[in-house]
Amino acid sequence: MTQPFRTEAGGQIDRSRPVRFSFDGRAYVGYAGDTLASALLANGVHLMGRSYKYHRPRGVLSAGAEEPNALVNVARDAARSAPNLRATQVELYEGLTATSQNRFPSLGFDLGAINDVCAPLLGAGFYYKTFMAPRGAWFKLYEPIIRHAAGLGRAPVAPDPDRYANRYAHCDLLIAGGGPAGVQAALEAAPSGQRIIIADDNPGFDSATLAGFANVTCLPRTTVFGYFPHNFLGLAERLTDHLADPGDRARERLWQVRAKQVSLATGAIERPLVFAGNDRPGIMLAGAARTYLDRYGVLVGKRVVVFTACDTAYAAAVALHRAGSQVVAILDLRDSPGGPEVAAVREAGIAVYPASSIVGTQGRLRVRSVTTGAGLRIACDAVLMSGGWTPSVHLYSQARGKLVYDEERQFFRPAGPLPGLRCVGACNGDLPESGGFLGVVPGQRGGPAFVDFQNDVKASDIQGAVAEGFRSIEHVKRYTTTGMATDQGKTSNMNALAIAAQQLGQPLPSVGLTTFRMPYTPVTLGLFAGAARGELFDPVRQAPLHDWAQAAGAVFEDVGLWKRARAFPRGGEDLHAAVARECRTVREAAGLFDASTLGKVEVVGPDAAEFLNRLYTNSWSKLAVGRCRYGLMLTEAGFVMDDGVVARLTVDRFHVTTTTTGAPRVLAQMEDYLQTEFPELKVWLTSTTEQWAVIAVQGPRARAILAPHVSDIDLAMPHMSVREGRVAGVPARLFRVSFTGELGFEVNVPAGQAQRVWDVLWAEAVKHGACAYGTEAMHVLRAEKGYIIVGQDTDGTVTPDDLGLGWAIGRSKPDFVGKRSLLREDLIKADRPQFVGLLTVDPVRVPEEGAQIVPVAAPAVGSHALGHVTSAYSSATLNRSIALGLVEGGRGRMGEVVHLTTASGTIPAVIAEPVFYDREGGRLDG
Amino acid sequence: MLLIPCPWCGPRPELEFRHAGQAHIARPADPSATSDAEWTEFLFLRSNPKGRHAERWRHASGCNRFFNCVRDTVSDTILATYKPGEAAP
Ligand SMILES: [Zn+2]
Repeated sequence: MTQPFRTEAGGQIDRSRPVRFSFDGRAYVGYAGDTLASALLANGVHLMGRSYKYHRPRGVLSAGAEEPNALVNVARDAARSAPNLRATQVELYEGLTATSQNRFPSLGFDLGAINDVCAPLLGAGFYYKTFMAPRGAWFKLYEPIIRHAAGLGRAPVAPDPDRYANRYAHCDLLIAGGGPAGVQAALEAAPSGQRIIIADDNPGFDSATLAGFANVTCLPRTTVFGYFPHNFLGLAERLTDHLADPGDRARERLWQVRAKQVSLATGAIERPLVFAGNDRPGIMLAGAARTYLDRYGVLVGKRVVVFTACDTAYAAAVALHRAGSQVVAILDLRDSPGGPEVAAVREAGIAVYPASSIVGTQGRLRVRSVTTGAGLRIACDAVLMSGGWTPSVHLYSQARGKLVYDEERQFFRPAGPLPGLRCVGACNGDLPESGGFLGVVPGQRGGPAFVDFQNDVKASDIQGAVAEGFRSIEHVKRYTTTGMATDQGKTSNMNALAIAAQQLGQPLPSVGLTTFRMPYTPVTLGLFAGAARGELFDPVRQAPLHDWAQAAGAVFEDVGLWKRARAFPRGGEDLHAAVARECRTVREAAGLFDASTLGKVEVVGPDAAEFLNRLYTNSWSKLAVGRCRYGLMLTEAGFVMDDGVVARLTVDRFHVTTTTTGAPRVLAQMEDYLQTEFPELKVWLTSTTEQWAVIAVQGPRARAILAPHVSDIDLAMPHMSVREGRVAGVPARLFRVSFTGELGFEVNVPAGQAQRVWDVLWAEAVKHGACAYGTEAMHVLRAEKGYIIVGQDTDGTVTPDDLGLGWAIGRSKPDFVGKRSLLREDLIKADRPQFVGLLTVDPVRVPEEGAQIVPVAAPAVGSHALGHVTSAYSSATLNRSIALGLVEGGRGRMGEVVHLTTASGTIPAVIAEPVFYDREGGRLDG
Repeated sequence: MLLIPCPWCGPRPELEFRHAGQAHIARPADPSATSDAEWTEFLFLRSNPKGRHAERWRHASGCNRFFNCVRDTVSDTILATYKPGEAAP
């Protein structure tokens, strides 16, 4: 197979290694070292995509990261399928399979191109204006049609099978860009021995001269995509996308680099000229044509017209001329182009037309000819254009650097170095004076002149937006979507600004400049996810008895990061049946429960009691050694934040328990007040959550189960007391507490001994007909007793009195966190939500947690709700549903019928006391 | 990601810290003696300056100590960090 546009020699490709690939099902051959774009061009293929909105045929515009047109899909299989890749950056490998996007049925014949015929109707704001009414039609009718017709590639349908690596790094100097300026910066710094990282998104940047320095890390195929505060930068290193067989290697690596100093050597990007028909395949940036020749040995055309306002295009013309293309004309917008490049062109015998322009182009799938301002029609198969160069200030802008406008050279450049950051080379505006042109080429006679190729924004759209009253470039941008595609307007922003400025009659800098955001080029989600997917998505905390629970057939639920056994279904039981059985067993015999996830804080020191006085609502000074008390912690705003049992082990030592998910919050609040408000108190705080395993033994047989295995503690210890001794031979803190309403103990043993103790107690429990129960049964049992769960029955706006916990307030204490707030006007008003029980009229019906509580069966839309359901269960003990909730003035509404919302209508319920079972508390004593 | 100099541990990445609100908001010595307006001011009213701002951080994944920090909210430059009880520089 031939490559008709490949030169005989030259370029950095390896002509001894042909590479077969396919594009839209057709087989081609390129060479090792090609990009998809260069290989297609070598085969004479310019048509690589259809435009986003009008489905216009598009060819490659550039040779790099700024490419707006040649976006393709590259797929290895259903899962390894990547849309929207820039063909200019896709490295060729044997068997590469690429397809074009946004066309149906084919790239050459696209039905969506009807949009192009209708283009006059589809200008800026078209969607906003056209699809206003009827409202519902948007979702049902317009949106699906528009989504089908517009848009970029398709996401892969199978899960991503690739791995993504992550690496943190520190360096003295990070250089973004491996062009001449970047390599020079590295060479200057390398002899000092500094740790240097230099990254470039090309596969083989000029790093050979740096190879001798062990302190220099060269990262090819690596994009510096984000510049974050304090010189923290994100780099995306592509490891396998260029390989025919990626094997099991990681596909990409995220580098998170903290650099003492950063040098941005990101170069400059050439600008297109804005003229009618400037988007036909075959029309491209002059610098890109030169890159295709110099790097890849590819001629982009055999009969070339150059349209420029910049000297650099002349060098491209000479290079193509020497390589065998016929350069039929150079049309220069300037009146008297001069300089050495121009002279070289004239020497080569190429015709130069000063003060000339293109005002139209012809050709359906490839440019065939151009029309000049003078009315001349010139046949050609490629047009090289250059409107000058724009420094790539994206990363500098991300670093919050200010840009200044260079009036003479018509570009924005960095205002100067920032602490730890400097720009070098073209990025800094250090470009030779070579001319340029911004805005619409004069003398246009109609036809779409594109500014933003990727988002299909025309010069007339921007002019129209200004005519409609948009003044700020930020608004023009959002209205026309110019610069809002994934290329962030790399080739279009300056022209858009210039057109808006001209239309406004204002100098360009006063129109403003939109902000560049990370990422510089699109980054895969896999890169950010790294290893954090599937089972590694979040850390998993397993309680000390996790393995036993798993072996016992537990179903688990996530509680914070903890895996907790939710229930232990037996032989075919569903969750509901298992929970009902577990509840009944606890009430009739006993149950063992792994409560190890409870938060625990050891509060120690001569001022420990005083400290707790200030942090909890309750009074602690008079709590006797060996006794426990229910503790309630408020925020300073007076709302319930956490609760738990607090035990006094010695005069100066307290064992404080917290809710499972509240533990870090509680310790943080304790540390906050201790460190910053009460530093004079002599108290030490230690988190002991993971040191103690907690085995709850609850039920009428609890004491009998423990008795054979406890010798040095009198189990006649009173309710809400604590003793230290041994359980099953293991040192333990034994609490007599209950969260079920039954006689109950909680055995605290060192986590490492938990299994041993559990095994002993479990063997004993089985003899008494006891069961292991999970969190679901725990919830039901506590709800039957009306015990609250902070975070479920409270939501951060609930006071102790709202919950009926006024008794837990140490009113005689001079102060505690939240006390003053309890006197706030809002917190003492009569219609505060109050904690109540709810009994549905239909006892089988379990309300939905979160359901609104309303006064009538069919409330008017927008009417006021009385409150909401916080907990609801089916109670096996009571053989009916029970629910808890917060209702305005609820304690004064006992017996009232209210209505609970469901997905379909409401259900009636009666307000009741929030204690449904053993109101006298007799069962606590077994 | 900010690089925050903990007064006890030295410079560490922001990930290790938790923000803890505006600094130098002293809790009234006797809250019961405050008026509703004074207490509201203490509880809820905070400044949101463009520029120099004193705030609290906790080195949650390090020494777990609270400290104060003066940060420029425009540039994110950290101008100083210092221990609780020390005067703002
Ligand atoms: Zn620290």
